[in-house]
Amino acid sequence: MHLKVGLLTTKIIMSTTHTPFVVRFFSATGRKGWVALALFALLTIVAVPSSHLLLPVDHALHIPTFYVTLLGKIMCYAIVAVAMDLIWGYAGVLSLAQGLFFALGAYAFGMYLMREIGLDGVYQSHLADYMVFLDWKEYPWYWKFTEHFLYSMMLVIVAPGLLAFVFGFFVFRSRVKGVYFAIISQAMLYAFLLLFFMNNFGFGGNNGFTDFKRILGYSITSPEMRATLFALSASMLMFALLLGRYLVTSKFGRILTAIRDAEMRVMFLGYNPLWYKLFIWTLAAIICGVAGALYVPQVGIINPSEMATANSIEIAIWTAIGGRGTLIGPAIGAVVVNLSKSWFTVAFPEYWLYFLGLMFVLVTLLLPQGLVGLYQQLRARMVR
Amino acid sequence: MSDTTLEGNTSHVQEKGFSSSETKPGNTILQISNITVSFDGFKALNDLSLNFELNELRCIIGPNGAGKTTMMDCITGKTRADEGTVLWYPEVNKTVDLLKLSEAEIALIGIGRKFQKPTIFESHTVFENLELAMKTDKRVRFSLFAVVDDVTRDRIADILRLINLNEHADQLAGRLSHGQKQWLEIGMLLMQDPKLLLLDEPVAGMTDDETERTGELFNSLKGKHTLVVVEHDMAFVEQLKSKVTVLDQGSLLCEGPMAEVQANPKVIEVYLGR
Repeated sequence: MHLKVGLLTTKIIMSTTHTPFVVRFFSATGRKGWVALALFALLTIVAVPSSHLLLPVDHALHIPTFYVTLLGKIMCYAIVAVAMDLIWGYAGVLSLAQGLFFALGAYAFGMYLMREIGLDGVYQSHLADYMVFLDWKEYPWYWKFTEHFLYSMMLVIVAPGLLAFVFGFFVFRSRVKGVYFAIISQAMLYAFLLLFFMNNFGFGGNNGFTDFKRILGYSITSPEMRATLFALSASMLMFALLLGRYLVTSKFGRILTAIRDAEMRVMFLGYNPLWYKLFIWTLAAIICGVAGALYVPQVGIINPSEMATANSIEIAIWTAIGGRGTLIGPAIGAVVVNLSKSWFTVAFPEYWLYFLGLMFVLVTLLLPQGLVGLYQQLRARMVR
Repeated sequence: MSDTTLEGNTSHVQEKGFSSSETKPGNTILQISNITVSFDGFKALNDLSLNFELNELRCIIGPNGAGKTTMMDCITGKTRADEGTVLWYPEVNKTVDLLKLSEAEIALIGIGRKFQKPTIFESHTVFENLELAMKTDKRVRFSLFAVVDDVTRDRIADILRLINLNEHADQLAGRLSHGQKQWLEIGMLLMQDPKLLLLDEPVAGMTDDETERTGELFNSLKGKHTLVVVEHDMAFVEQLKSKVTVLDQGSLLCEGPMAEVQANPKVIEVYLGR
């Protein structure tokens, strides 16, 4: 790639109207960002998969299945955190419904995974097990075409995107803001949680979807599939970071932060904040949906508990701990919190929520800029 | 701008007389007719009618609660009037009913507004503040791909010189002094290139020196834009040498040149009486 990245680090990019869009898109991420991304890509797309696939199981550097799956899951959470940062950190809209969009993406791809089970289910029926149990004779109409991989990919984007668009249109148009928006988004989340719990809604009730067998005919539990899904999740995270960086350094991004800081002024300059919020809100929902779709085959189950209010609040906590308005911060926050979670829930299972709460309080009080802010402070002190 | 235009325009405004008739007189750009706004029974504006002429400079004074800010809110769509009309005459034979438009639409047709408390984007640089204000396509699909072009850059450079902030272009706007923030907001209005500028207490919190320079700036703008200035600072109003409108309790009290208004017994009463 022959981008003059070094020359293009300032916020008001030195590009002109003649610079091709692709160049502008990739040059929004600075030189340091590219170095970090390259190292990350090397680690996640080359090192981890080859260690998992090529090294013998008893080798010291072999990464066992458990960790590949755990890290892949955390990559998905990090993607969600980047989306949360776009909508909360930059646009100032505190959403407590990101877990819903994540779950919708997961369910959308889960439908395909259920169809791929074929006749290998407990009841050896072409129907999902729970449908046989409910004595249904065929798939409901909204399951149509879900056996097609590409259609389900489309559904992963359209389902959360459409819901976010419709909900956002009415709520933003009514100028609902701040804590009121947070509450309404949580109410929507809760309504969907109850809906998905219903057995006759057709999504497996409280058991959700599980016992997946294949993707495109390949076994879902094979090491190759696990490594692929992990690498895909990491790639999606990198894409979300690149896209986010382009957006927040573009004029669009400057308007977004302007809306966050002084919405009235933005309106009186002739911008309609509705479309700006709606765009980033819908995009954030789609990104969460894609993360959900990557998550479901790695975890092997999706049920309404993903829509629990606590999950969506936790997404906000990752973002705050990592550092709002930095993109990379929330991704780091998601990784740090979830790694400590997986250690903590084994060591002191009862105390995890207390610890999470404590971490959130401490970060809010002591590190308003989150971990990224702490790093910057330390570095500034070192230089001095 | 040459002095002759300035003089010419001032005298033109004074010759024109102070009519506030119902039909549109030749040079009107904005006509407020019989506007009433009430908040829980309290009438912030009470059957108010006002006319603003193309490219005039007008000062609006009045005691607290006279309805000055509410009047601006009505024009810019922030508050909906209960009764009356606000008509905008951007061109000959063209009339726009402002009460039907949203804030953003009103801004786009050429009405800029400065708030009482300086409202700028504190976490953006001065340059970026002006960039966002630039008169251009304000839709998402444009902003997503927009590049700061030479026209914008030149325009920003001009405005930076005009508002005396060219040394602070890369500074965060939140770091500016209060007076500089006021100027930046005025600069943002000018970037929009509006036909009508509504300025709510533009010199509040400015030093005497800054106030005087602001007065010079406004005087240089009349003839190019219509300026409506709400102010409490009487020395500043005198410096502008414009027609003055006095509001009291949501209604028009009187209009005329500053000296005439100051001598008006009704005005003296509302300011000093009670």
